[in-house]
Amino acid sequence: MIPTLPRRVALLGAAASLAAPALHAQPSVIRIGEINSYSAIPAFLLPYRQAWQMAEEEINAAGGIAGRRIETIFRDDNGRPEDAVRHAGELLNNERVDLLAGGFLSHVGLAVSDVARRNRRLYLATEPLSDALVWAQGHRYIFRLRPSTYMQCAMLVEEAAKLPARRWATVAPNYEYGQSAVRWFRELLSRAKPDVEFVAEQFPALGRIDAGATVQALAGARPEAIFNVTFGADLTNFVRQGSTRGLFDGRTMVSLLTGEPEYLDPLGDEAPEGWIVTGYPWQELNTPGHVRFREAYQARFNTHPRLGSALGFDSVTVIRRMLEATAADTDTEKMVDALRGMTFPTVFGEADPEFRAIDHQSTLGAYVGRTALRQGRGVMVDWRYADGRDYLPSDEEVRRLRPQD
Amino acid sequence: MIPPVLAAEGLHKSFGGVQAVADVSLAVAGGELLALIGPNGAGKSTCFNLINGQLRPDRGRVRLRGRDITGLAPRRIWRLGVGRTFQITATFGSLSVLQNVQMALLSHAGRAFDLLGQVPREDPAPALALLERVGMAEQAGRPCGVLAYGDLKRVELAVALAHGPALLLMDEPTAGMAPAERAALMALTARLARESGIAVLFTEHDMGVVFGHADRILVLDRGRVIAEGPPDAVRGDARVRAVYLGGMEVP
Amino acid sequence: MWQDLLAQSLSGLATASSLFLVASGLTVIFGVTRIVNFAHGSLYMLGAYLAWTLVGALPRGHLGFWGGVLLAVLIVGVIGVLIEVLLLRRIYKSPELFQLLATFGVVLIVQDVALWIWGPQDLLGPRAPGLRGAVDIFGARFPLYDLFLICVGPVVLGLLWLLFHRTRWGTRVRAATADREMVGALGVNQRLLFTTVFFLGAALAGLGGALQLPRESVNLQMDLAIIAEAFVVVVIGGLGSLPGAFLAALLIGQMQAFGILIFPKITLVLVFLVMAVVLILRPYGLLGRPPATAHAAPAIEPPYGPPSRALRVIGLVGLAAALVVPPLMGEFALIVFTEIAIMVLFAASLHFIMGPGGMVSFGHAAYFGMGAYGAALLTAHFAAPMEAGLLAAPLVAGLAGAVFGFFCVRLSGVYAAMLTLAFAQIAWSTAFQWIELTGGDNGILGVWPSDWAAPKLTFYYLALGLCVGATLLLRRSIFSPFGMAMRAQRDSPLRAEAIGLDGFRIRWVAFILAAVAAGIAGGLFAYAKGSVFPSVMAIPRSVDALVMVLLGGVQTVSGPIIGALAFTWAHEQLMRAFEMWRLLLGLLIVALVLFFPQGLAGAAQRLAGRRAP
Repeated sequence: MIPTLPRRVALLGAAASLAAPALHAQPSVIRIGEINSYSAIPAFLLPYRQAWQMAEEEINAAGGIAGRRIETIFRDDNGRPEDAVRHAGELLNNERVDLLAGGFLSHVGLAVSDVARRNRRLYLATEPLSDALVWAQGHRYIFRLRPSTYMQCAMLVEEAAKLPARRWATVAPNYEYGQSAVRWFRELLSRAKPDVEFVAEQFPALGRIDAGATVQALAGARPEAIFNVTFGADLTNFVRQGSTRGLFDGRTMVSLLTGEPEYLDPLGDEAPEGWIVTGYPWQELNTPGHVRFREAYQARFNTHPRLGSALGFDSVTVIRRMLEATAADTDTEKMVDALRGMTFPTVFGEADPEFRAIDHQSTLGAYVGRTALRQGRGVMVDWRYADGRDYLPSDEEVRRLRPQD
Repeated sequence: MIPPVLAAEGLHKSFGGVQAVADVSLAVAGGELLALIGPNGAGKSTCFNLINGQLRPDRGRVRLRGRDITGLAPRRIWRLGVGRTFQITATFGSLSVLQNVQMALLSHAGRAFDLLGQVPREDPAPALALLERVGMAEQAGRPCGVLAYGDLKRVELAVALAHGPALLLMDEPTAGMAPAERAALMALTARLARESGIAVLFTEHDMGVVFGHADRILVLDRGRVIAEGPPDAVRGDARVRAVYLGGMEVP
Repeated sequence: MWQDLLAQSLSGLATASSLFLVASGLTVIFGVTRIVNFAHGSLYMLGAYLAWTLVGALPRGHLGFWGGVLLAVLIVGVIGVLIEVLLLRRIYKSPELFQLLATFGVVLIVQDVALWIWGPQDLLGPRAPGLRGAVDIFGARFPLYDLFLICVGPVVLGLLWLLFHRTRWGTRVRAATADREMVGALGVNQRLLFTTVFFLGAALAGLGGALQLPRESVNLQMDLAIIAEAFVVVVIGGLGSLPGAFLAALLIGQMQAFGILIFPKITLVLVFLVMAVVLILRPYGLLGRPPATAHAAPAIEPPYGPPSRALRVIGLVGLAAALVVPPLMGEFALIVFTEIAIMVLFAASLHFIMGPGGMVSFGHAAYFGMGAYGAALLTAHFAAPMEAGLLAAPLVAGLAGAVFGFFCVRLSGVYAAMLTLAFAQIAWSTAFQWIELTGGDNGILGVWPSDWAAPKLTFYYLALGLCVGATLLLRRSIFSPFGMAMRAQRDSPLRAEAIGLDGFRIRWVAFILAAVAAGIAGGLFAYAKGSVFPSVMAIPRSVDALVMVLLGGVQTVSGPIIGALAFTWAHEQLMRAFEMWRLLLGLLIVALVLFFPQGLAGAAQRLAGRRAP
């Protein structure tokens, strides 16, 4: 069961596709170039694209924006930033797209963002988490939708600081995301609760965790609580070994992103219970906006929404709002100005987040709660919405972190 | 007194307690062909490899024109003026006959690391002259990979002669050749050796070749020299006859 | 304290057992057929997926679980047979590397087929009945299933030993492993022997995968994750040696278990460090023996002639087209053509050591990446202009080539290739994990050309000039005395030595030159993309280079140029237009291997030769 892309099959006349700068672009269509790592991480990105297409169809069915239809051209970078950069060039120069969007992996997002900076074109980064995207490497033309590593760590630290635990251990995949998550968590938790100590840290290689040895090494350090950043297959293996070996017994687990259905679902009936996590409680979230979204999504795709679905739908909403504000004018500077400080509704149905003018980070939040098992599957319980605006550093600090132009 | 071109003195080599070569001494003068023979396992190959640098003797010395070359790498020994041919021909299959010889000439000129020159633009005359001497000039343009075996042997000879060696080491030079070709190759070798005053040391199975072309013969048995002298003397030697009894015909 | 160490050690043993199962199949297949089976990881992955499906379909309980595992193993064995009969059997006579390329094509195909059958989501299999819980070992809870796995490794080793020493089939397998010539002497039986060996090897891979079901989730990344480690184990143990593989698996398992206690951040690089050290100290692995025949009669290639008139004309026309056409085709075409020019140089640099040099490199991306990082680091840390960066790129790459090459060119064949891979992985891990210096996977941004070269057209001409210039220099040097010396030491090391050629130094210099050329390409790549990421020196980029060279044909001087053009173009087109581009690319590679064993340039040459005899 593979959902199909809008294919452009007239391809093997290669020279034609290389050249011919978009003779087919009708002025009435607003074109969005979307680059993502579809073949590298399909499990995360197929729900995202489905929701994106659903949102796009809704807009076009309603007559488009100021009479102009929107059309998205999807490109697969296979997780390679250099391919993403090439696609960005093709989309901007040949397909004449009006803006770039997408991104899941941080490095791909950063690479595309750099192209956007250089070409002074808008890039709406939807999912990459890296703080660098809007801070150290931030610039006028990049906006990010999803709450960043820093924000999600801050949400968890708030909970972690309430725990009695003083001896902490961390486990995170050994790459920038894992390392910076651990760094923020340590820094923020030490600030909130100066008497904590970190007794062990494990950095298994991304996608190659030696779970037995890692669990044993953590257990050997006898921590009272563990902060986990592993995800995907690493998380699954970690959880299996950890629960068999009793690592989680009598310890509090605080875990980044694990409440997202993308990560909870594959664990099935072995989903851990009682972990403090960030995520997306799609079953229980019953705001009117979300109910509408969930039902439409389930009716259309015969499966429940993932977090990626929510972000895909919201991305299109952001673009719609922005274009409404510019009266469908696709001049980059006007679109950037429209986005700065713009608020938009989300499928969560919570208070409308905004794109902060100071760093172009949206204040979209995440849900913080505990994991539990219900009818053989992992869910989030006791959750609350953590509004993104409450988990960002002070303006002075942001100015220090982000180059000011 | 002029030292012989090659002189080996008291060579010993054993492998794991088995004495392969024991106290072998030999000398070859310029223009002379010395054959090293003996039944299988007599130590011919070991002895040969001690001289060409493939193996290092436990005891004993190898001198080339008076200079000690014991245990030097084959590459160094070549540089001091030793050319070699192999039992199974070793040539560069993807190079042409001419280029095989040119490679040896270039190496001799110290140009193996020359990145700027262009081999196709090199003067082919010196290499052609060598090929002329072995009768392979007409086939200069053919790739070595497609030559007949006898022709390969002659190319090898030209390559071995390229740096004007004082000594030629030939391991079973006629192995794998038709009888008629064998005589021709050895006659050619003998002529070249005498013309240029090259000392030749060779091992050989074909007794016709040995007794027909060698100036002197050295017979090994169980690692020791049992006879040495001109063909006629060796042919009459009782110990040699005993060693070869039934094993090999001594003409 | 010691209880912790014991538990850690047991965890290492469980890992070792899993590794051994996969590695044993790989080493058995290599021993007999000399095929470096890149698709072994795919067979492992299929074993896990099939077991997931079958165990789920069969009734719960012992019979369902173990029956499902057994069935999966048999099916994977049959898949192995199919791969052997349909693909590999036809290309045993091709150069070693072509077989590798073919198995790489299979990897791509299996990836998309698995995605199509099982979908993208990670799957979690059931736990093994009766082995769900844990036992208490001196206060540490240790999973029963891991204890079971610890036993499986030695049991499989023992069964294989019996199979190889107590059956006639096994005796033949051992004979074939020990002496390549023996295989020919087996005559008619050879086909059957190869096919059955492939069945066994594939089944062992399947078993390795199926037995992971209760431990790990089944996912689409399993194949590539395991294959690198399996290769490491096989090479450390010595190719073709089963006890060696077992020993190496133990070593790696324990190193991993204890390594993370001492250096928690060294996880990625550790196994490759171990492999590099082992290969430097023991060039044929722990229990490996040097191959009986030093070189299994390398394929004799025709001598390189001076370019024919037709080739000159084609070359000139091509160059003229490269100068005149792209400006008319718009910005994006310039981006693509710049990339193609860079890839041509990259492929030509690899061909330089593979073709004339006779060396194999699985890690050529290291030097490409060193060039890119050399330039980018200079830009990022010293705000150096592009000119300085482009100068630094070949220097850094050449330096790396000198150091890594010093060790690599001493080895031959697959061992040399694996050592290049080890060094490339060490370089990649360093870039990936040394975040303070390299920014880690977030890379280095803002590596843009100087203002004068910023217009796409100017940069294209700059890249074209440098790449074509360097490629022509490489090409020219193939005809230099040095180039001929390279071919000489490749054709006959014995003869080369006997005419005073120093094979080691020749290969070393060639390796450095290739690294320098790859570094130029890498430096240009950094400025073309504006950013540098560790992926520039990851395994896929090395594989890309290999594919380009083999596609074009190793045995022709123009091969890499044609291969780079064809591959870059096909890759770009397929990726843009098809969701299942990997499947198509894989099929394309397999078709090429089957129908153009001399590569595209070789095929063209033969065609031209036929037309004008």
